[in-house]
Amino acid sequence: MSLKKASELTEGGIITEAGNASEYKTGDWRTFVPEFVVENCIQCLFCWIYCPDSAIAVDLSGEKPEVTGIILEHCKGCGICAAECPPVKKGKAALVMVREAK
Amino acid sequence: MAVNLKKLVRKEDLLSGGHRACAGCTGANILRQVMLVAGRDTIVGGATGCMEVVTTVYPYTAWKVPYIHTAFENVAATISGVETGFRALKKFGDLPVEREKMNFIAIGGDGGTYDIGLQSLSGAMERGHNMVYICYDNEAYMNTGIQRSSATPFGAHTSTAPAGKVKQGKEQNRKNLTAIMVAHEIPYVAQTTPFHWRDLATKVEKALAVDGPAFLNVLMPCTIGWHFDPAIGMQICKEAVENNFWPLFEVENGKYKINYKPSEKKPKTQLADWMKQQGRFKHLFKPGNEELLVKCQEYVDQEWEKLLKLEVMTAEPESVKTV
Repeated sequence: MSLKKASELTEGGIITEAGNASEYKTGDWRTFVPEFVVENCIQCLFCWIYCPDSAIAVDLSGEKPEVTGIILEHCKGCGICAAECPPVKKGKAALVMVREAK
Repeated sequence: MAVNLKKLVRKEDLLSGGHRACAGCTGANILRQVMLVAGRDTIVGGATGCMEVVTTVYPYTAWKVPYIHTAFENVAATISGVETGFRALKKFGDLPVEREKMNFIAIGGDGGTYDIGLQSLSGAMERGHNMVYICYDNEAYMNTGIQRSSATPFGAHTSTAPAGKVKQGKEQNRKNLTAIMVAHEIPYVAQTTPFHWRDLATKVEKALAVDGPAFLNVLMPCTIGWHFDPAIGMQICKEAVENNFWPLFEVENGKYKINYKPSEKKPKTQLADWMKQQGRFKHLFKPGNEELLVKCQEYVDQEWEKLLKLEVMTAEPESVKTV
């Protein structure tokens, strides 16, 4: 987003594009990244409800909602999803934090 | 009104990603969960504080609903005005789009609610506006650099009540704001945390449904101010409930109901173990400070006992168990 001139600003500084913060990529903040192992996922959706950054992608087209991965543009790598992911399948969690390659 | 994640996930996420909250901020998660239940027909007001700063950094906004930023002290007054405006427009048939009902939500941190915004909150609750006030309680002024607030618990280290050679953190107990709100005799008051998503969603639903003002006090562990690993924020919420530091309860028309009672014989978490995970209580585990830890435990026990008594006292006569 380019900066606007004073004459182009809205009255009262109103932001008219709802939810335009999604253009801002907070993914660069990350040191660790959650790795999604689909085989271990039981589709409990805990990662989705607990994510502070709306960064869990869920496919809603089917009959049952399915977690499909991480939205890396916004994921800040806090690790809440991995901490809350229940290790049910063979004691393995579907989300594991790994150091991101630079 | 059973809430489940399979249904909740189909609702619209009204807080976009890309807001500038810290990694692992449980506050941003509270907003997301509240908005999932509230839906699009909502007007939100935000008092100055973490959640206002991070979601609306000009020229960006993370909100997909109308949002008003107000000063620290007057979010309750602003939203009560918006609500009155809506009622007036409806009465005279001047609404641009015909609507039966709209949700009015005011959001403030503990600084903007417990301290600075208390008078406007009290006024709005007394006038009986049809609005919900949500306080995200991170127990200090986190946005400006972790200064103590009246929500800070006894013994916690903050930048204005630091732990050092002479003093050991805050010397006063926290203010019981939920009780102050109950004293306003409003239809609905509740306490919850974002870990208990089912509880939170049910309480938001109830708060929006009542005719009149409602107040929710939501615990928000702050990774920066409380000094813990960002990944365990939700676990901190869970354990805070298990050791009675932050009981889950609701007060409907003056009747108390505790939503979670930990087992007395086998408590899942001890208060001291919970405090040990947080850097703000680190000094309490140094030799010589055992007394302060006992004092923390005593306060939590005392408040819990009080709550149990209140539940019995305000219960319907037939549901009281005779001993």
